[in-house]
Amino acid sequence: MPRVSQTKPAAFNEMGTPDSVRAAYAEIDRWLRSTPREMLDRKRREAELLFRRIGITFAVYGEGGDPERLIPFDLIPRIIARAEWERLSVGLRQRVRALNAFLADVYGPQEILRAGRIPRELVLENEGYRAEMVGVVPPGGVFTQIAGIDMVRTGPDDFYVLEDNCRTPSGVSYMMENREAMLRLFPKLCARHKIAPVGRYPEELLATLKAVAPARAGDDPTVVILTPGPYNSAYYEHCFLADEMGIEVVEGADLFVQDRIVYMRTTAGPKRVDVIYRRIDDEFLDPEVFRADSLVGVPGLMAAYRAGNVSLANAPGAGIADDKAIYPYVPEMVRFYLGEEPLLANVPTYLCERDDDRKYVLAHLDQLVVKLAKGSGGYGMLIGPHATQEQRLEFRARILARPGDYIAQPTLALSTCPTIAEQGIAPRHVDLRPFVLSGKDIRIVPGGLTRVALKEGSLVVNSSQGGGTKDTWVLEDDGPQAGMTQSASQVAG
Amino acid sequence: MLSSTADNLFWAARYAERAGNVARGIGVASRMAAVSARLGDEVGEWRALLTATGGDASFHRKYPAPTGDAVVHWLVFDHDNPSGILPCFEAARHNGRAVRTALTVDMWEALNDGWTHLRQLTPDAVEGEALPELLGWVRDRVTLFNGAAQETMLRTEAWRFVRLGTMLERADNTARLLDVRHQLFGPDAAEAVDYVQLQAVLRSVSALRSYQWIYRDRLAAPKIAELMILRPELPRGLAACLGQVAAMLDAIADGQGGRRGECHRQAGLLAAELRYGRIDDILGEGLHAFLTRTIARTAELGAAIEDFYIRH
Repeated sequence: MPRVSQTKPAAFNEMGTPDSVRAAYAEIDRWLRSTPREMLDRKRREAELLFRRIGITFAVYGEGGDPERLIPFDLIPRIIARAEWERLSVGLRQRVRALNAFLADVYGPQEILRAGRIPRELVLENEGYRAEMVGVVPPGGVFTQIAGIDMVRTGPDDFYVLEDNCRTPSGVSYMMENREAMLRLFPKLCARHKIAPVGRYPEELLATLKAVAPARAGDDPTVVILTPGPYNSAYYEHCFLADEMGIEVVEGADLFVQDRIVYMRTTAGPKRVDVIYRRIDDEFLDPEVFRADSLVGVPGLMAAYRAGNVSLANAPGAGIADDKAIYPYVPEMVRFYLGEEPLLANVPTYLCERDDDRKYVLAHLDQLVVKLAKGSGGYGMLIGPHATQEQRLEFRARILARPGDYIAQPTLALSTCPTIAEQGIAPRHVDLRPFVLSGKDIRIVPGGLTRVALKEGSLVVNSSQGGGTKDTWVLEDDGPQAGMTQSASQVAG
Repeated sequence: MLSSTADNLFWAARYAERAGNVARGIGVASRMAAVSARLGDEVGEWRALLTATGGDASFHRKYPAPTGDAVVHWLVFDHDNPSGILPCFEAARHNGRAVRTALTVDMWEALNDGWTHLRQLTPDAVEGEALPELLGWVRDRVTLFNGAAQETMLRTEAWRFVRLGTMLERADNTARLLDVRHQLFGPDAAEAVDYVQLQAVLRSVSALRSYQWIYRDRLAAPKIAELMILRPELPRGLAACLGQVAAMLDAIADGQGGRRGECHRQAGLLAAELRYGRIDDILGEGLHAFLTRTIARTAELGAAIEDFYIRH
């Protein structure tokens, strides 16, 4: 009599099994078989040197140790077949259109609330909701110009959105630098695949930012990127993007507002600024409106913004759309605003605030992932199946004390990709963050950032929690790759 | 360019230059202390260096006496001394990091490697006979930074602000080093002047050989003063440094369609006085008076540059 397995079902390996390698990975499989481990080790050291030299570090403060850390880079690329990408990208466009429509609505007519499709208090009493934005119509009606949508996969055709990031998603510099590293380290392997290029991202980003400039700025608006400064974890990325786009990276003190017009201080005197790609949080944008103790913001910025004299990307208040408590309603937004069925699935989510959901969650803590509704970065999270009884009891107490702070989701068997581990090449869990740009139209550079949980069995891919990254290859066609060279044409989604 | 970027570039260059100058100063003082031991005035050399680096008062609040060890520690490691070598490198790197993309990779590495090395030093790096090696290494790092700027920077405003910082700092340093030994150049000094002391003045700006190339003559105080103040050939001389400051300010102004202000007037005036001045007039007025005035005017010029380009 067959025994019921006590372990969770095996995760979907995107490369397939040893006897049946999936088509997109055929060439990678051949390459892995023919490449000695010593050579991979050598290339890995080379890659590390490359990243150190360029200075791509991720700052982790307050934990002791080296504050300027390198995110581990895994040499084996993650491959997405053209057909898979096409499906994904259509779904991503749809989702981001709905998210923007939702933002325009909740800061405008609030039809979705009046129709009762989302509980009114869930939106209006949410910390992410900015009453200051009510009545503001940004150029083109776009609130989240740069969205990072975190996707996970559980089977050949099963993709889920784990999380929407509508505020200031980061990681796009890794998408580009990882590709640079692969082209340098393995030019031949790259040439044997037709990989859709990602190098045009900065150009597309700049086009998007220019497209949302105030009308009076004309054809050549002045665009800047606003950073909290060198101590921010993503400072490297801010400088990288500024450099790639040929724009200034500014701190709050470099800007000032006079007569509701934003200027930057330059050696040639004040220069008017039209678009600010801000990489600082809402609360710190303007001490006159939000947190008065903010030292990184610009006094008067919101007044200039509301007067239509400057554009902010992303718009303040965009965070209401990616709130974890709002997330379960995104499919509803797609239906409500677009009249379409959602193409990308959500992970089933239980809001501990709801009595029924909470009862279920407390009864199934050993099967669920519990997250802070407002948390990010993989902190304050319980992964039920991997947790100790003690940890579960602790979360039980926390949920009962503050149910509104917690949501729970079933543990998904995240897909894996072959990854270089201590003991050899082994499957590790991955996710994917594609970046979706919304200006006059929607642009997606094929691919995104693949994060990989380097620890065996771990499901946490966050770089602050020991995750690494991989280059993500979207193939330009799904035919046989052998003998083909990489196309020089640039493809943007 | 952004004012804050210009500011960071200007100060990164100033602090790097200052670190090199302090290393040069310590080298000369320790050499002089060795040879003046026969005159029984070791402490005088260290005191002179303290005065030249402008940290007299804060030094005496922390250390009982200006012994060689105390002054070296103060000038190399002490975080309370903004003109110390380690704090200077730290400040230069800090400024550089804030404008990472405005620096070239080579410039950044000169600063970053220098700082990484220095902050790992233990006190024995300046003990025994180890000091000269460290000083040589510091000077090398600064030379590398300056060379990297020279060879790798686009000739845009960024380059001009770096150059402005280097030259303004260097002018200030040369004036101070000369000033602490102004007695050598007074009317009554002629007989008593020690050859070794004159050599030391020249060494402090790496100009001992240069003197010979220009004058082909015995060391004489008035000629040394002329070389360091008025001769445009000497790269660490006042005329060359302040001439460069004026030229850089002009280049920045031309690049901005001719926008000029008080700093341009002051720089032009200073450069012209040095270019057309006579050493007899300067010595007649008194070297100390002249140098005190020049140091003050250099500081005033620095402030005028900030007013016009940075904090408007």
